[in-house]
Amino acid sequence: MSIKGKAYIMGAFEHPTRDAPDKTTAQLHAECAKGALEDAGLTKDDVDGYFCAGDAPGFGALSMLDYMGLKNVRHLDSTETGGSSYIVHVGHAAQAIAAGKCNVALITLAGRPRQTGNRPASRAGGGGGAPQGLSDGPPEAGFENIYGGTTHNTYGMCAMRHMYEYGTTSEQLAWIKVAASHHAQWNEHAYLKNVVTVEEVVNSRMISDPLHLLDCCVVTDGGGALIVTSPEIARSLKRPKVKVIGAGEAPKGPLGGQHLDLTHSGAVWSGPRAFEEAGVKPADIKYASIYDSFTITVLMQLEDLGFCEKGQGGKFVADGNLISGVGKLPFNTDGGGLCNNHPTNRGGITKVIEAVRQLRGEAHPKVQVQNCDLAIAHGTGGSLGVRHGSGTVILEREA
Amino acid sequence: MSETQEKPALMTRPIPAPAVTVESKPFWDAAAEGRFLIKRCNACGKAHWYPRTICPLCGSDDTVWQESPGEGVIYTYSVMHRSPTGPYALGYVTLDEGPAVMTNFVDVAPDGLKIGMRVKVKFQPTENGPPVPVFTPV
Repeated sequence: MSIKGKAYIMGAFEHPTRDAPDKTTAQLHAECAKGALEDAGLTKDDVDGYFCAGDAPGFGALSMLDYMGLKNVRHLDSTETGGSSYIVHVGHAAQAIAAGKCNVALITLAGRPRQTGNRPASRAGGGGGAPQGLSDGPPEAGFENIYGGTTHNTYGMCAMRHMYEYGTTSEQLAWIKVAASHHAQWNEHAYLKNVVTVEEVVNSRMISDPLHLLDCCVVTDGGGALIVTSPEIARSLKRPKVKVIGAGEAPKGPLGGQHLDLTHSGAVWSGPRAFEEAGVKPADIKYASIYDSFTITVLMQLEDLGFCEKGQGGKFVADGNLISGVGKLPFNTDGGGLCNNHPTNRGGITKVIEAVRQLRGEAHPKVQVQNCDLAIAHGTGGSLGVRHGSGTVILEREA
Repeated sequence: MSETQEKPALMTRPIPAPAVTVESKPFWDAAAEGRFLIKRCNACGKAHWYPRTICPLCGSDDTVWQESPGEGVIYTYSVMHRSPTGPYALGYVTLDEGPAVMTNFVDVAPDGLKIGMRVKVKFQPTENGPPVPVFTPV
């Protein structure tokens, strides 16, 4: 059964904070939920499906349902694919709605990495993972965690291999940050609002080669929420209707070390699944939200989603081709994770939020894509360099 | 004295003790003797990494430990410069037996690594744990 046209995103909210010393993580989740419900014109008692991932504190969904007073929930989903979870949740919410399991699905993300030492809550011991003492820990830990892998150097390994195989350059990667910064200058909430140049990116401090400081995303507190509803409820609301027309998901890992391939992501599977379901092609897409934990993340995903040939991502992004009003594929017009917001180190939900803004015509006028009727939101969670989950949704404006 | 000055430049970072499980204990016991073991599956004939009781490639439970010379080539790497103990290189080695192994590269300068370079395993001591495999250019 296809989810095409079976669900609509009718509420979206991005928390304005980027630094939350005086709030709890549960509070941020609840503020985001409230914001998205108000945006849709619904109340908490309308919510009958709830979706969250490892950033939800305590016992995850159970703690958050009780905290927020969501008394009518009859469908739960805590699918965890890292930062892509919330994009995967949109597809799962559409499935649940299509199957009659719920009519109003709430998806939340929130966290405070700036306050808790730059670690997702789930990794700091207080998050949504298995209770301590009942688990051996990750099965790979003894053979991987000892080597000092971080998000920076595991993505650095991908960039190094991509450069080796395809001749991609640091200057080409830098264009991705340049484009994001051109968009962020118009976003009053963006964490970094200054426009940067290719030279500034490649001359910034080396973090883990070949990734420089400005190849990396921001670390921010905050969060976001989405409301996905049935077509009947969507028609009863006063907001522009954003239809979910395709969704795909895919895990990817080294699989015994015999299949290590760090120049491709799970988008090679999640993308085609979403495009096929939607019945559209990459060339039809007017706006792209592409997860941007690092510049290399964007480059690989653009290739894997079919916006250009494999290995041609560097040429594709150069010369401002991702800048709205300038290039062929406007991307991350809120400034993305590279400049705007990467709440709790898991920015997937912000990708969907900005796609919704674009399709509603509610993006900043300086970055609004003209006649934006078809958008993609895509994310990667975990680490491209080790194991990750990939999520793609294709969204259409309904007149 | 001179060791503490040379080590960071050669990227020999301190490595924490690995988590040893009932499943991985034979590997770490061999590591303590300086032997590098990998798992090979008798059903499909392929070696895999990291070691598991059930073959992740074919699903058979007929897997055996096999001693490996621990030689291969660098698939990729990245030198982390933001580190309180000096730069260190994370990377993958494609073993001659096939599987890719996550590791650190040691006894080499940060600019001395290249993809495709031949490397060999050595064991580096940890605090309160068995020594762990790292790789160094041949």
